[in-house]
Amino acid sequence: MKSLLAQWPRIAAPLLVALLILGGWEWAVRAYDVPPYVLPGPAAIGAALVQEWPLLSRSLWMTLQVTAMALAASAVLGLLLAILFAQSKLIETALFPYAVILQVTPIVAIAPLIIIWVDQVWLALLLCALIVAFFPVLSNTTLGLNSADPNLHDLFRLYGASRWQVLTRLRLPSALPLFLAGLRISGGLALIGAIVAEFVAGAGGAESGLAYRILEAGYQLQIPRMFAALALVSVAGIAIFAALSLLSRWVLRGRE
Amino acid sequence: MAHSVLLSGVSKRYANGTQALEGIDLAVEEGEFLSLLGPSGCGKSTLLRIVAGLIPASGGQVEVRAARRGETGFVFQDATLMPWASAIGNVMLPLRLSGIARREAEPRAAEALAQVGLSGFERSRPRALSGGMRMRVSIARALVTRPRLLLLDEPFAALDEITRHRLNDDLLSLWERTRFTAILVTHSVFESVYLSSRIAVMAAHPGRIAQELAVDAPVPRGAEYRTSAEYAALCREASHALSRAMLKEAA
Repeated sequence: MKSLLAQWPRIAAPLLVALLILGGWEWAVRAYDVPPYVLPGPAAIGAALVQEWPLLSRSLWMTLQVTAMALAASAVLGLLLAILFAQSKLIETALFPYAVILQVTPIVAIAPLIIIWVDQVWLALLLCALIVAFFPVLSNTTLGLNSADPNLHDLFRLYGASRWQVLTRLRLPSALPLFLAGLRISGGLALIGAIVAEFVAGAGGAESGLAYRILEAGYQLQIPRMFAALALVSVAGIAIFAALSLLSRWVLRGRE
Repeated sequence: MAHSVLLSGVSKRYANGTQALEGIDLAVEEGEFLSLLGPSGCGKSTLLRIVAGLIPASGGQVEVRAARRGETGFVFQDATLMPWASAIGNVMLPLRLSGIARREAEPRAAEALAQVGLSGFERSRPRALSGGMRMRVSIARALVTRPRLLLLDEPFAALDEITRHRLNDDLLSLWERTRFTAILVTHSVFESVYLSSRIAVMAAHPGRIAQELAVDAPVPRGAEYRTSAEYAALCREASHALSRAMLKEAA
């Protein structure tokens, strides 16, 4: 009870800010008679969200699927590559620059190529999201694997631990907090990657994601629907971040 | 009596050219409690690590009669526990690393925890324990394999005095009961005189053994020993030896 009381400003304060902004927005739109195809008010956006929910929810589901798959693939790939890097300094020095190149090349620039090369649209989208999302997991986990207490390393050596034992009982548990922090960043990036790839792919039809709904609504000057799709993207991003933060706290409970 | 550790002419030079140790001759008998007493930088921790086999000596001969897995226990200055594991999980580690099944390891680890007075804290995570209790877990971990040789690298330096005295007493009674060979690195004159049967006073630049002192007081020792004239005289002697070692180094 006490913790709930202590926590209420953390929830109420941002909520109050949201109410103020939305209220001011609605008031301004009405007071200055802004046409809805320039800037719809929150009420109009809400109405569009309810009205278009069958379409938007299907697109949301599509985008979330790509995001979730990209995030899962980032976690696995990032972790495996980090373990490979941790085996020898030489492997890390040889391969790390390429991971950086993948990371720093803007995904909008690579996405058209990937979409040309890969036939299945969902796979192309997944690859784009993966390229954007895997780097934080890789770099954080690499750092984490190398951050184990040197005295514990000595202790493992004293008791004749095998390489495998050092990895599974010392290095991986030591890397867990940083791995989870990387995953939290990757969650948001996977969503961004998926959205950017959808924009570039521009795949229409019933099986398209939220980005396509934004494009489509823009062409049709259905600005309230555009905002509704945009709001869903934001909410999805916040939900992913919150879920991963909770996961991280749950996994690391009881640790220092 | 047989030697547990025999060092002759041991030296250590680091890659950057620092001569950490030179001409160390030291014999530690089985069941002895030896303190390496010296100022910081005299290479006493380096010497302990060489005995543990964690780093190689640059020259000389190192013979350790407890070189097999689990025969040497090591206690670090910090408790050095795995924060993700419970107290018993930490104590089980040496057994689990040598392939002993959890079912067999767990009662032995519980027994080791009981030895250091931590029954009932098996499931506690390190962060839930006090500094003194964490050090007890660390000692239990070093003792769980029933080592023949226990190496202690300033284990009590970070603890408050009351906790330190309590742990000194407990360590001494554990040693009295099981008679492992112990080598304790310390910069505390009082601790070395209280705990050991022999003190090797070290000097720095390069690290070497300046003088050896025998401490003949019988074990168990207690509060009475701490206030006895004999204890005071030994402390004075050890202090003088330490000052002389440091003076020579300055000259």
